[in-house]
Amino acid sequence: MTRNRQWVVLSVLLVALGSLTFAYKVVRLGYPVLPDQTSEQWIVQARLEIEPVKGPVRASLLLPVRSTGFAVSNESFVSRDFGLTVEEDLFRRQADWAIRSLDANRTLYYRATLIRDTRQSRFATRPEIPQAPQLEEPWASAMADLVEEVKTESADVQSFAAEVLDHLSKDSDDANSKLFLENVESPLDRARLAQTVLAAAQIPSTLVHGVMLKNDVQRAAVHSMLAVWDGEDWLLFDPETGHQGRPEEFMIWWRGEETLAGVSGALINDLQISVKKRMTSSLELASRRTELKDSFIGRISLLHLPVQTQSVYEVLLLVPFGILVIVLLRNFIGLSSFGTFAPVLIALAFRETELVKGILLFMMIVSLGLVFRFYLERLRLLLVPRLAAVVTIVVLLMTAISLISESMGAETGLSVSLFPMVIISMVIERMSIVWEERGAIISIQEGLGSLLMASLAYSVISINVLEYWVTVFPEVNLIVLGLIVALGRYTGFRLTELIRFRQLAGKDPA
Amino acid sequence: MSGVLQSMRSNGVLGLNRRNGDYILKMNNRRFFPLVDDKVLCKERLQERGLAVPELIALASYMQQASHLGELLGEHNEFVIKPAHGSGGDGILVIKDRKSDYFVDSDGQLVKRADLEHHLTNVIGGLYSLGGQPDVAMIESLVHFDPAFSDLTYHGVPDIRVIVYRGYPVMAMVRLPTRESHGKANLHQGAIGVGVDMASGITVGGVSGNSVVSVHPDTGSQIAGFQIPHWSRMVSMAAHCFEAVELGYLGVDIVLDEELGPLILELNARPGLNIQIANRRGLRHRLDAVDQLGQVNESPERRVEWACQAFGDPQPDLLNQAPW
Repeated sequence: MTRNRQWVVLSVLLVALGSLTFAYKVVRLGYPVLPDQTSEQWIVQARLEIEPVKGPVRASLLLPVRSTGFAVSNESFVSRDFGLTVEEDLFRRQADWAIRSLDANRTLYYRATLIRDTRQSRFATRPEIPQAPQLEEPWASAMADLVEEVKTESADVQSFAAEVLDHLSKDSDDANSKLFLENVESPLDRARLAQTVLAAAQIPSTLVHGVMLKNDVQRAAVHSMLAVWDGEDWLLFDPETGHQGRPEEFMIWWRGEETLAGVSGALINDLQISVKKRMTSSLELASRRTELKDSFIGRISLLHLPVQTQSVYEVLLLVPFGILVIVLLRNFIGLSSFGTFAPVLIALAFRETELVKGILLFMMIVSLGLVFRFYLERLRLLLVPRLAAVVTIVVLLMTAISLISESMGAETGLSVSLFPMVIISMVIERMSIVWEERGAIISIQEGLGSLLMASLAYSVISINVLEYWVTVFPEVNLIVLGLIVALGRYTGFRLTELIRFRQLAGKDPA
Repeated sequence: MSGVLQSMRSNGVLGLNRRNGDYILKMNNRRFFPLVDDKVLCKERLQERGLAVPELIALASYMQQASHLGELLGEHNEFVIKPAHGSGGDGILVIKDRKSDYFVDSDGQLVKRADLEHHLTNVIGGLYSLGGQPDVAMIESLVHFDPAFSDLTYHGVPDIRVIVYRGYPVMAMVRLPTRESHGKANLHQGAIGVGVDMASGITVGGVSGNSVVSVHPDTGSQIAGFQIPHWSRMVSMAAHCFEAVELGYLGVDIVLDEELGPLILELNARPGLNIQIANRRGLRHRLDAVDQLGQVNESPERRVEWACQAFGDPQPDLLNQAPW
């Protein structure tokens, strides 16, 4: 590869690296693209009230498993005096409370904070082929007929399961189904019945149970769904409606035939599940999600720095955007300024003062500074002491402006302290040289040009989204760097040159 | 807009970005920059090559020297003070006469001795140098320009700028001081740029700023059709500068002294692009023509011969009648 083309590769690499990291954080880690976005989180609480009977008391509660849709970001147990152990494997988690003796009713609490999680994960292992149910007549032949009938109406596991549920629905007028539906009272019964039919067709299935996370509910109902194995993945069906797919708000808590809570040596007086919705900033959620995943990219985040340091970096990381503007203005438009990047520093100061007030303050300091500079010129001070005197005068002017505006009750005057005083002194010095060498008009023109560039740089770095992006996605600066590298090889005309050389356009003089 | 762009491109106009990226960065080795950026070093180099330059009277590199102006100047009553690392003509002070503690500048204004000393300290302090580095003040003898130019200049000294590309002189112009430029020959200070035919040394028409002018605003003389004296010698000197500083893209500034003939005033590693406006011609076609020669090590004389043939206008008279 020739050296001449390396910049293309470098630039593309930098832009790609920056964009991919950005995309990864947004899509996989769920960092919000725009600031001030909020997302929901839910506090789910299981309240188990037990009444002791005799001897040692044990109570167990199944805990939410890792599955598609939601993730537990935080959980806690309240169980005074009880010993607590949590068993967990990949698809099942259970809390066990135990106490040697208990003399009064007791309430045990489990509380979990759940956040949305876009990752796909299974809630059960690959199942075995189920055993066909052993039924007596007339059920056995009714089952065989039903399976036959459904088979002819379906193409694959998915449509088979949907057809089964259709045949078993409440208003089914199929004679075979009616025979089975006699004892069906709840959705759970219907789901179990569907499981039997599926087993007869040698299709593995299981039940999943959970709650709907939607609004605040004091006593949330447990919903059960039928999960059917299609050979590759679990398909969820609503046993009542036959709809396929997990409803968005359905949080899978546990699976299988087990009950949510079990006790020994006591009775369950009450088991209550309550759901509470809360809004939190998406950013907070994303960082919590990142912690759960222990992602490397997530760990190198500015958000881990102390807040004050963060705000310093927020400013620093904005500088490349300002500089990109300067590159565009100089090499593409053809503007020039006092000091190559001085406008960026002035623009950073404008962030604190706001644009109009910033421009006024800047012009005030520079013009007062110029007056003093011309006076100093008459004293014939040597260069460095004169510059030092100008810096000192600028500092004093800034202090004076702050004091005056404070006494007048205007707050913007105070932010004048953020102006880069050395840069302003250099601008004053350069302006006065140009003033003497090329006249007042050109000097003022160039001064205003610098101010214009500062304003344009400010209008870019003051975009709210950028400020947020550089802190949350510092990698956007890689994109900026890639762009700057690419712009660095632009050898075409500058916009102002179209005017400067306009006489050379037109008829071919050669 | 795109029409203008298209036609500028086809006319071979060179823009700043391309000048920087494709010519200065490629042709001018950073190593050789000090040879032109330091005017003292440059002067020495040129003298070693036998090229004529204005005489150096004295150098002032310490602040204290400023107050010993008398010793520095000796018997000289007319001189020029220049920052050795200056750019764009800033910080150049031309003194034409001296009456004890008073000096007369190019505009005929009186300058006090103290003002002159202060100017020297500013120069030494680095006010006009490229990076604000402490600098050296050069005191040079004043050039007495050839009276041939007297109708075309207002105070100050006109100079001839030749662009030398890889040793080949490719384009030239004369810069005429005006009242507006305070006797200085820099275009951005208000001097007039006048295109010159490479082969004959006859002027073809001028620009002031970015607008076309046909007569000198201060003297009222016609600008086009003027034969520059000693033209072939000037072009030859410009071509020799390539061997002296080894910069592939070079601006050579030459002045014509009444007695000493052409003198090389200074060299420039980043020559401006206004020469294209003065000549009403883009540089790129000529630069491309030189590039097409490939790597040939020809003598300066051969290069000048080739350039005059390639870039000279066969009928300069016709050009003079162009409606400038």
